[in-house]
Amino acid sequence: MIRKLAGVLATLLVTSFVIFGASYAAPGDPVTFLAGGKENLTPEYLAAVRAQYHLDDPFLVQFGRWLGDAVTGDLGRSTQYNDQVGDLLAARLPSTLGLVAYAAVLFVVFGIALGVLAAVRGGRTDAAVVAGTTFATSVPPFVVATVLISLFGVRLGWFPVMGGGSLWHLTLPAVTLALGALAIISRVTRQAMVEQRELDHVTVARASGLAERLIVVRHVFRGALGPIVTMCGLVTAGMLAGTVTVETAFGLSGIGSLLVNAINTHDFPVTQAVLLLMVTAYILVTTLVELVQPLIDPRARRST
Amino acid sequence: MTAVATLSPRPARPLGYLLAAAFLALVVVAAVCAPLVTPFEPDAVDFAASLAPVSPEHLLGADQSGRDLFTRILYGARTSLVGPLLLLAIASALGVALGTLAAWHRGWVDAVVSRVTDVMYAFPGLLFVVLIVAVFGNGMTTAVIALGLAYAPTIAKYTRSVALAECGKPYIDSYRVQGMGGLAICVRHLVPNMARSIVGYLVVLFGEGLMSLATLSFLGFGAQPPSSDWGLMVKEGQPAIVQGAFLPVLVPGAAIALVVVSFNVIGVRLADRMGVRGT
Amino acid sequence: MLLSVEDLTIEAGGRRPILREVSLSVGKGEVVGLVGESGSGKSTIARAVLRLLPQGATASGRVLVSGVDVLSMSPAALRDLRASQVSMIYQDPRSSLNPVRRIGDFLTERMVHTLGRPKAEARARALELLAAVGMRDPELCVRQYPHELSGGMLQRVVIAAALAADPALLLADEATSALDVTTQAETLALLRRIQAERELGMLFITHDLHLAAAYCDRVHVLYAGTVVESRPAKELFADPRHPYTAGLLACTPELGDPRPIRPIPGRPPSLDDAFTGCPFAPRCPHASAECDTWQPHPLTVAGGSAACRLVEA
Repeated sequence: MIRKLAGVLATLLVTSFVIFGASYAAPGDPVTFLAGGKENLTPEYLAAVRAQYHLDDPFLVQFGRWLGDAVTGDLGRSTQYNDQVGDLLAARLPSTLGLVAYAAVLFVVFGIALGVLAAVRGGRTDAAVVAGTTFATSVPPFVVATVLISLFGVRLGWFPVMGGGSLWHLTLPAVTLALGALAIISRVTRQAMVEQRELDHVTVARASGLAERLIVVRHVFRGALGPIVTMCGLVTAGMLAGTVTVETAFGLSGIGSLLVNAINTHDFPVTQAVLLLMVTAYILVTTLVELVQPLIDPRARRST
Repeated sequence: MTAVATLSPRPARPLGYLLAAAFLALVVVAAVCAPLVTPFEPDAVDFAASLAPVSPEHLLGADQSGRDLFTRILYGARTSLVGPLLLLAIASALGVALGTLAAWHRGWVDAVVSRVTDVMYAFPGLLFVVLIVAVFGNGMTTAVIALGLAYAPTIAKYTRSVALAECGKPYIDSYRVQGMGGLAICVRHLVPNMARSIVGYLVVLFGEGLMSLATLSFLGFGAQPPSSDWGLMVKEGQPAIVQGAFLPVLVPGAAIALVVVSFNVIGVRLADRMGVRGT
Repeated sequence: MLLSVEDLTIEAGGRRPILREVSLSVGKGEVVGLVGESGSGKSTIARAVLRLLPQGATASGRVLVSGVDVLSMSPAALRDLRASQVSMIYQDPRSSLNPVRRIGDFLTERMVHTLGRPKAEARARALELLAAVGMRDPELCVRQYPHELSGGMLQRVVIAAALAADPALLLADEATSALDVTTQAETLALLRRIQAERELGMLFITHDLHLAAAYCDRVHVLYAGTVVESRPAKELFADPRHPYTAGLLACTPELGDPRPIRPIPGRPPSLDDAFTGCPFAPRCPHASAECDTWQPHPLTVAGGSAACRLVEA
């Protein structure tokens, strides 16, 4: 348990070091880079940047200060918006989290349902689900987004095309974000259930006269729950990164589109902050998923 | 007799496989021979034809600037197919070398390679690539190299597992006994023997690489105008949607989807045949 | 008769049927042994009694439980048969229990979900059964997970679960083969005690002919899907009439027996081996050319039957 936490902290430290150190890998003087480009640089401004990033200190000290500030919520100042990065994130995070939550509900419910359906029905249903999920994983989200906008936004006019805020606005983006995840989850569900169904204890339950529906619910699905929950957690964790594409495609204002804008405008403090946030969230959620495992599988309880 | 729904073993679908292979061949030939297939230039602006619908002249319509979409798709196939090829070349050169090294040396080399891999895996999705682009600037070259780096750990991991199995076979030991050097064994015997399964794995990764690269172009990090990269075409076509013109996004979108599906269909089949573990 | 299998033939696409015209019966309070090597089809018989046939298999003949044919009964009747008339005990207790459910859940599942008894009653019954199979702390046991118990303890749990619905017939499919020798003896004694107390009919399946001969009232020896010999246990042991039975007995060393161990030459036939005559002929020390064309069928011998041409002669 303690080993595990130490490992997580080490990973966090190393990844944040990579994110911080990246600015030094940039060609040219880090000051120019951090100031966001070569134009309009007055010596006073450069000096301010130099002081803000403590560029005169040794490298590791700089990293320590940066990390310390980041942990206490001070993520620096955006070169583009001239705002505190923390405020920018705080303003945009709710809409992104809403999008992720909406998409997570969609893919968990429909992904598991499709997977169960494919495993239980077999035959044509199964073939259709397998073919459908293969196709769904072959279409990049930004293409899905444009198709959905064209069809449901413009042609049929069922959903608003741009802007955000309401659940209605978030529906098409959430569907886009969920589609690939849905395909993955339904495949994992189907596979896990097919594997579980072959196990002896399922035959034992059947031999004791248990109705087929109960066998599926109490044994096959229950046994498959471990891999399904793990995968749902991992996919949800990765979704924050997926918002980069989806928010850009739908013109939503969240941290994903903030990242894209920051990169295109060389706003490195914002880039660093968003990356740090997304990577931290990813690592924490994946760790959480591992910690939840023993609740699902009693056999995993012994080793912890 | 018991009420169990049987899962028929997935039928081999040679038809789908052949269709996919034929489609890809057609795309490659058309991309290479683009000037012979279409009378237009990919960058030829013709505002008279702005957002032209499908017609005998413009087979798939035209975009806002009146550029012929069919032509742009054909020329765009060059970037959109060569890009993933290059990034896989970079990734597999690095990945195969590191994976083989890790499997051959074990010990600290293995440990270092797997730690580096772990750190890169801690970045979800394309974020590692996004970081590199943020530092080194937008553009196709950066995007391809960054994706190459990002895919290297995946390939290294796969190579390592294949190489470990291969190293356990007696023929490797017999070369060792004969006094052949480690490098020579790896380069002349180990890697060639792994080539089949690695190539099979690369086919599976190609579709993914194409999607990633197109996504970067769509975000503005990869190909830059006036390139007719498919991802960039979708980005540039997006404003036309609200005017009710869907062809500028649907045509390149469909091109990406069809090519990736084809690669996946072929990849799945190759994986089945060679016992390559899928992604 | 409690169980009566008549001319049961099961085919599943191999070059020969898994079972060919098997007939046997089990009466109330009777222990009937079914002996054979792996692949002989002995487990298939037990599973056929519950209509758990291999994928894509076709069955002909009849399997009567209390006079009703299992192979042709309605799904509802079949569930009722599985739930309350016949119970099976399996080889590997570890894989018989769902690893993510508690022991108590395993015991009460059939009572609550199939027989519709109230939960509290089922729980009381589970505790009672655990005590009956000799578990020291039933209260603790129902809260435990399968991985917290040893194989022998788990097999007791499986036996307890088999008794949950007061079945008339027990199918014990290699019920002790996966256990340690000492646990094996305990489990065998337990099964025997329970069988006697409740006057159950029991089909006892094993690969160990000595065990079957000592444990059962009557024994059927199975080879390549056919019953080659059916006799009362003592007679079979003292005077085997089929060369295969004799061979099996000679395989096992016995203390104080000066004869050398004589393994049966060759290997057990697989489903891809088809036979024109007696399936045992290729491995039989007494085989002659006629055996390759002689269709085996049961011939009456003292106390039972044997399917060997040489019995006739």
